[in-house]
Amino acid sequence: MPVRVHTTDPDFVRLLQNRYAGFVSDSDRAEIEFDVELGQPEAVDPDADVKVGYRHGRWSLRRGDFLAEWEPAVRRGWIRQSANPYSIDAVLRIVHTLVLARQGGFLLHSASAIRNGKAFLFAGVSEAGKTTISRLAPPDVTLLTDEISYVRRQNDKFVAFGTPFTGELAKLGENVSAPISTLYLLAKGKENRIDPIEPREATRSLLANLLFFAKDQDLVQAVFYSAFEFVNHVPVARLTFVPDARVWELIG
Amino acid sequence: MSKLYLMRNPRVAARSLDGEMMIMSGRDSTLFTLNKTATILWQSADGATPLDEIVEKKICGEFEVERSEALADAESLARELAGHEILQISDVPIAQQTSVVGEKR
Repeated sequence: MPVRVHTTDPDFVRLLQNRYAGFVSDSDRAEIEFDVELGQPEAVDPDADVKVGYRHGRWSLRRGDFLAEWEPAVRRGWIRQSANPYSIDAVLRIVHTLVLARQGGFLLHSASAIRNGKAFLFAGVSEAGKTTISRLAPPDVTLLTDEISYVRRQNDKFVAFGTPFTGELAKLGENVSAPISTLYLLAKGKENRIDPIEPREATRSLLANLLFFAKDQDLVQAVFYSAFEFVNHVPVARLTFVPDARVWELIG
Repeated sequence: MSKLYLMRNPRVAARSLDGEMMIMSGRDSTLFTLNKTATILWQSADGATPLDEIVEKKICGEFEVERSEALADAESLARELAGHEILQISDVPIAQQTSVVGEKR
């Protein structure tokens, strides 16, 4: 989903070009446009958590370090923040969750990678092993993300896309996509093994790892039903692994 | 004892999986997994059937429990579910009622 950012600050442009290297293009096509006003956002508690609300056709997004609005009907919005890459990164993540929710997709706390033309997702909470399994990936594996997976519904398939949303590995994903073959729920253990998971646990675990910020009943329902659709279409298994490269012998 | 009527909150997302009802609150995205009794209450909550009839026809036969005990437990459970805004409860049929106990706006 192409996003165009307007700013008058050339240093901030360079910062974004570096931050999103591999995901930057000079295409005229943009599905979302943001005007970025650099400066400290006013009247915001610097420690405030993210809040997302919808009123009069506009989404308002706020956190301690940014204020933003986005109007879906005109695909345009603005962001007020200081010159840092983290605030706009958070805004883009949130806006993508809103757009994907309407399209049967979602962002998921998981690493993801492509091997042999198939995408594999590795979900888990912090310390579950997302960064570890990403770091252990052999050369024939294309990393999509080590932190936030981008999942879209395309007809009867779910497809994973590369994202510039990084975790501890601080390595951008590749800007490519592939149909999702399996969602693995990560667990560290004393051996490498894959165990099937029953649909109820799979659905609960998937829902627990979804990223969604808006307290919006329609979109919450949409994401909820998307999770069930995902589990109906994509195998979910538990991947227990010891932190060495042999775990990848089980994948692909 | 007055009658109690239940109705599913149409604003929550619900899906049955392997006989277990999973419900997500649209208000705060909390996920609820209903046990068998709660699932029966949810599925029977049409706003018109009183709770004592639901208990007699669908719970007592299923669980072999005393009617009075089952009714007390079911009422407690219904009020709990209403507190989470999963169910609406009222002492009159919900299609005709003017105020709903446990429903917040």
